[in-house]
Amino acid sequence: MTLGRDEDKMAGPEPQPTPSIRVLVAKLGLDGHDRGAKVVARILRDAGMEVIYSGLYKTPAQVVDAAIQEDVDVIGVSLLSGSHVPLFGALCKSLRDQQADHVLVVAGGVIPEHDYDALIESGVDAIIPQEAGSELIITAIRDLVAARGRI
Amino acid sequence: MFVRKKSINPASYRASSDLVPLVLAGSRAAIARMISRAEGEYDEAAGALAQLYRHAGRAHVVGITGVPGGGKSTLISALIRACSTGDNKVAIVAVDPSSPYSGGAILGDRIRMSDSAEASQAFVRSMATRGHLGGLARATFQAVDILDAAGYSPIFIETVGVGQDEVEIMTAAHTVVVLSPPGLGDDIQAIKAGVMEIADIHAVSKSDRPEAAATATAIRGMLALGSETQRSSWAPPVLTLSAPSGAGIDALKQAIDSHLLHLMESGEMVTRRRAIARTRILATINHLIRRRFDDGAETMATQLAAVTERTSDPSTAAEWLLGLNRADLA
Repeated sequence: MTLGRDEDKMAGPEPQPTPSIRVLVAKLGLDGHDRGAKVVARILRDAGMEVIYSGLYKTPAQVVDAAIQEDVDVIGVSLLSGSHVPLFGALCKSLRDQQADHVLVVAGGVIPEHDYDALIESGVDAIIPQEAGSELIITAIRDLVAARGRI
Repeated sequence: MFVRKKSINPASYRASSDLVPLVLAGSRAAIARMISRAEGEYDEAAGALAQLYRHAGRAHVVGITGVPGGGKSTLISALIRACSTGDNKVAIVAVDPSSPYSGGAILGDRIRMSDSAEASQAFVRSMATRGHLGGLARATFQAVDILDAAGYSPIFIETVGVGQDEVEIMTAAHTVVVLSPPGLGDDIQAIKAGVMEIADIHAVSKSDRPEAAATATAIRGMLALGSETQRSSWAPPVLTLSAPSGAGIDALKQAIDSHLLHLMESGEMVTRRRAIARTRILATINHLIRRRFDDGAETMATQLAAVTERTSDPSTAAEWLLGLNRADLA
């Protein structure tokens, strides 16, 4: 019996056990309400994901910086302040500027449907309506990560 | 009700061997990706990690351990500021527990560190234990190698909030700071075996609280009894501090620096490095063997059934699976 590494397994990126999905739950700008963000963090934890919470009042640049160091698959931003269009625009631009646009951006909170197109246009990958249940949130994130594939 | 989604372009996979020069040049994205691959145990990354290990070995690795809520993250936030002087690039690996049920985790240490980390250009990485016991994650050691190879020093490891017996940090760090918040127990708690014994530096947090002086006195009393099994000629100092106000932080930084100097001058650094290497080799042997049997090998299933039905026993089954027999062991 050999206990060493299986040499032939090292050849290339073959299928591996599915790694944990890592999510940065973030609050952007002047929005001090994070009960929802914490509930979502808990839901994702119970779905087996590793969740990093940014804390309140972060700038898009700070969130991108954290996303890069933590190598997350997804940034989930909860916004209730009404400034979603400019803030998501800045976040997605910063991700592109830092060559980190493999990180998926999911928007939640209070976002009127008539702003959906603008957000998708600026680079947001999915918008989850505020009445979504936990299953919908979990499935949306898993589907996005599966579609993007391993990085 | 529906989720509005964009169509997603598949990402391209960058070979780990291509990331090595980027890590060595200090690319944060490459460092972060290598840590993820070490955590995920990508076989493809094994060669790159081996290469990075050979480049590491310059950093001062400092462990911060203590009970949950004792102030570890807040203290590290203050230490980031104190240690980011001159050319120092400070890094932090902060470990939090994974759920034993879902495997998920909330990694909350970053919240308390992000402002000082941003101001100082420090690298902060949160890590879940993924079932590993002892206060660290299995990949914590590799994360330290990667950051070390990229030129970070000091590297702080924040353990999970520990109980009394999670002492693995002593085999990962050169300098161990045990942080005790005031008012949690009497002097018997201070003389128990376990975490209290492994400190190179004792720190009492929340020194603005009235009980802080009594806690420091109890720890000093414990140290005054001395130890038959003293590992070092170093006398662990007992410091009180309050991280938010900054009181005592400079003294702690000086104590950390003096301990490094002591390790270098006394030759104890060689002993510590050897002990760390030894633990890592043994832990890897353990992991590789377990991985082999966890993979649902048929032989394992047979032995499992026999032990459950008590037609065999755990020791006989283990020896058989490892291909040992009692005659060899005698």
